Amino acid sequence: MSEATRLIARPPGGIIGKILAINWLFVFLLCALAACGYVALYSAGLGPEKYANRQALRFAAGLILMLGLALVDLDRIRRAAWYIYAGALALLVLVARFGHVGKGAQRWLVLGPLQLQPSELMKIALVVALAAWFSRADWERAGKPLFLLPPVLAILAPVLLILKEPNLGTAVITLVVGASVLLAAGVRLWIFLLAALTAAAAAPIAYAHLHTYQRNRILTFLHPERDPLGTGYNILQSRIALGSGGLWGEGFLHGTQGVLAYLPERQTDFIFTMWAEQFGFVGGAALLLLLLTVVAATFAIALGCRNQFGRLLALGIAVNFSLYVFVNIAMVMGAIPVGGVPLPLISHGGSALLTVMFGFGLVMNVHVHRDDPLDPPLI
Amino acid sequence: MRRFRNPREIRATFTRRAALIGAAELAGFALLAGRLYQVQVRQGHHFARLVRGNRITSRLIAPNRGLILDRFGVTLAGNRQNWRALLMVEETANATATLDRFQQVLPLTAEERAHIDRAIVRHQRFIPVLVKDFLDWDEMAALEANTPELPGIVIDIGTTRLYPFGAGLAHQIGYVAPPNPREVAADPLLALPGIRVGRAGIEQVHEATLRGRPGQLRLEVSPVGRVVRELDRQDGIPGPDITLTLDAALQQSVLGHIADQSASAVVMDCTNGEVLAMASNPGFDPTLFDSGVSQAQWHAWVTDPRTPLVNKPCAGLYAPGSTFKPAVALAALEAGTLHPTDIVTCPGYYDVGNARFHCWKKGGHGPLNLRGAIAQSCDVFFYETARRAGMDHIAALAHTLGLGVKLPIEQPNVPAGLIPTPEWRRRHGHHWNLGDTIVAGIGQGYIQVTPLQLATYVARIASGRAIQPHLTRAIGPTMQPGAAATDWPALPTSDTFLKEIRAGMWSVVNQPGGTAPLARLDLPGVTMAGKTGSAQVRRVSRWVREHTNFDSANLPWQFRPHALFIAFAPYDAPRYALGLVIEHGNEGPQTAAPIARAIMTDTLTRDPANRPPSRLAANIPP
Repeated sequence: MSEATRLIARPPGGIIGKILAINWLFVFLLCALAACGYVALYSAGLGPEKYANRQALRFAAGLILMLGLALVDLDRIRRAAWYIYAGALALLVLVARFGHVGKGAQRWLVLGPLQLQPSELMKIALVVALAAWFSRADWERAGKPLFLLPPVLAILAPVLLILKEPNLGTAVITLVVGASVLLAAGVRLWIFLLAALTAAAAAPIAYAHLHTYQRNRILTFLHPERDPLGTGYNILQSRIALGSGGLWGEGFLHGTQGVLAYLPERQTDFIFTMWAEQFGFVGGAALLLLLLTVVAATFAIALGCRNQFGRLLALGIAVNFSLYVFVNIAMVMGAIPVGGVPLPLISHGGSALLTVMFGFGLVMNVHVHRDDPLDPPLI
Repeated sequence: MRRFRNPREIRATFTRRAALIGAAELAGFALLAGRLYQVQVRQGHHFARLVRGNRITSRLIAPNRGLILDRFGVTLAGNRQNWRALLMVEETANATATLDRFQQVLPLTAEERAHIDRAIVRHQRFIPVLVKDFLDWDEMAALEANTPELPGIVIDIGTTRLYPFGAGLAHQIGYVAPPNPREVAADPLLALPGIRVGRAGIEQVHEATLRGRPGQLRLEVSPVGRVVRELDRQDGIPGPDITLTLDAALQQSVLGHIADQSASAVVMDCTNGEVLAMASNPGFDPTLFDSGVSQAQWHAWVTDPRTPLVNKPCAGLYAPGSTFKPAVALAALEAGTLHPTDIVTCPGYYDVGNARFHCWKKGGHGPLNLRGAIAQSCDVFFYETARRAGMDHIAALAHTLGLGVKLPIEQPNVPAGLIPTPEWRRRHGHHWNLGDTIVAGIGQGYIQVTPLQLATYVARIASGRAIQPHLTRAIGPTMQPGAAATDWPALPTSDTFLKEIRAGMWSVVNQPGGTAPLARLDLPGVTMAGKTGSAQVRRVSRWVREHTNFDSANLPWQFRPHALFIAFAPYDAPRYALGLVIEHGNEGPQTAAPIARAIMTDTLTRDPANRPPSRLAANIPP
């Protein structure tokens, strides 16, 4: 109990204290990423008007959202965790029934001027819920399988709904994000091994249930030249553009493939290609390093938190963000099947940006409340 | 899960696990960086060789359309080479200037030019635009000589569809035409110059198969649009050839027999439903649709009373007339309300309430059993039979035999036709009268069937199997199911009754007093069974019938009844079935029977079902 009393003796001092506690280095890193995004979108739109300025405005809004969210009481978020989860799940069900169908999938919910992609929100809500569950863990009972059942169900419900949309990429990301929170919470390793083996056995059955376009993506990935002007066209063009970037790049606004519009979806999914064609491997690797730094900073916040809820929350969001980055960049290099996943903070698009900033708002909140003794007394 | 004793241990576990996850992420990013290095720097030299300013462009290669062959490998739809000039939009700095210079070499009409300009704007840059096709040698030479002034212009060999049998198979094979903008929007590959889309018949039904998959050519192009070098090439995959069940030679001879009629004839292998000939006369020239049909030609087609554009065997709807009588008889037999030995006496008329229905034979046939009634096509016998069977039984049996149902033939827009039922009349707000059943007994009234249905119907009676008519024998080297008799289930009707019906139909052709002596075959040891029919197209009032010397042959052509004939042969071992409709042919026995005899004689002599299908016999594609 001595440690607990020590913690209580050092409460954060009101709203001013919270603002002072904000990790401004983290904010700076995000701004640096957004600046890279501005440059990339500038070249994709051949000027600032088309994409870059609009995206900068959105980032500013996202920054305000993030800082506002950081000041909310962390304990309040924890207590609301399952309500947030239920709300996001309801939105997912809603999108399945009434969602806007784009490119053969129901993913978007149109609320007046706002387009919402509930699967993005869902991943964050899932992390919050799982973190709340494991932070309240009664560790004496924790060994029982019944204790693991609710969180596993909480992961599988949205995963299945997202699969049905259908959006294979996001479903897999959701699954991995949920699993990593479980891992960090201390669930035994052999359980993961068992789950992985089950998944491997189920893969052929799942393949049989995939949509034609999803199978095409997997097949195109295995043989990119199979269908050079159908699904393979994007990847092929992207690889040509990357290749012509070389070590040092073709220079700002001098990327021939990207700027000359050979590259489809260059402002969204293939924005990294735009970047790497113009700035070469050096520029691409630098951007990768910057993204990795943001992930590392999030990890540092997680490790520096004194309560289990905050730790798990920050870690889950870090994993979510890095999976985004990984899937997108691997996709444009033709290393994994095309998944329609944007590059966070760089790609053009409001919905993805706001959800990413929402997640970072939670991370910032964890940082601000890192010394709060949230976790209930243990037996 | 292990038991934690204090927060410190929870945090320690978290830290260890977080380090594990962090290490995995680090590895992931390292992999990304490594891959990026490989793609940009190691493999990049493949592209880095490009002189600065050169670009790589992809050029699509249109696949060849699959051929359509008859069962013996004769080409029914082929491809002809066609030299044409294409504009590679992304290989020229200024498409407008190139086209202006092109016009100085080869003139284009204002309409053509506008079309090209639209295509340049509308299509993606890697899709070449067709500037002019069907180039002759002089035009090609002129273009070749001017190549330096025409950046982006490429002479290319494409294909045009060729139909060796022309109008004779136009309905069944269909034709191709350029895709419409809506289709191009759905599939940009259709914007490829020279791509054609099947618009009717087999060309439409098997479009997805015949089209094939396009290939791709990657080129390095200089800033002014010169092709510097070919980087790599994947040839398109041509659509597989489709082998039909049709026999082109038989089709030709069938067409010859109906050449001066507006008629349709379907010859089918009654053991398996393979359609051997499906003739629709008159036809149209299928190649006209490729280049565009002139207004005058179109007007001529649609105003022709002989309806050349209608695929009569599949889509022409006719009352079956007396050819429906075997179905009525079978319905009554199956329902148990008629016995093969029952005698009905025909006084020449049949009274129901206060309505009187006439037999075609004034004065009547006298007493007749079933065989005699089919042979002499006695109306009164079938009025009575229809009354006994009831319309619901008749309709159900007609459907079983393939009448009034949508047949799964590989042709677009096949109507189901109609066998009316009391329920159907009720749905349309009318009451069903007994008189409606009586009229249906002789195949008149609301009944509508197609010639293909008639052929299917007689084939099912002849074989006792629920065969379905089909046209596709093989796609590529793969035989399609349905070629063997055992692929088809037996009909749910009694064999004894079917034999009785067949015997009656034999008498129609071969016994004195039968209605179709003109259909009797002149082949040794082979006889044919059949049934005549005439379908009124205009009501003849009772007054006219009784008080004038009425003869429908004196009517204007378009008011004469249709002449119908259904037949199968050989009678002992049925193999071929025939459905024949001569529009406004007046009387079945006089007009249709001799044509049916000629067609069946040719079919039996040629015997296509027993000839080895040359290409498929070896089962190896050439």
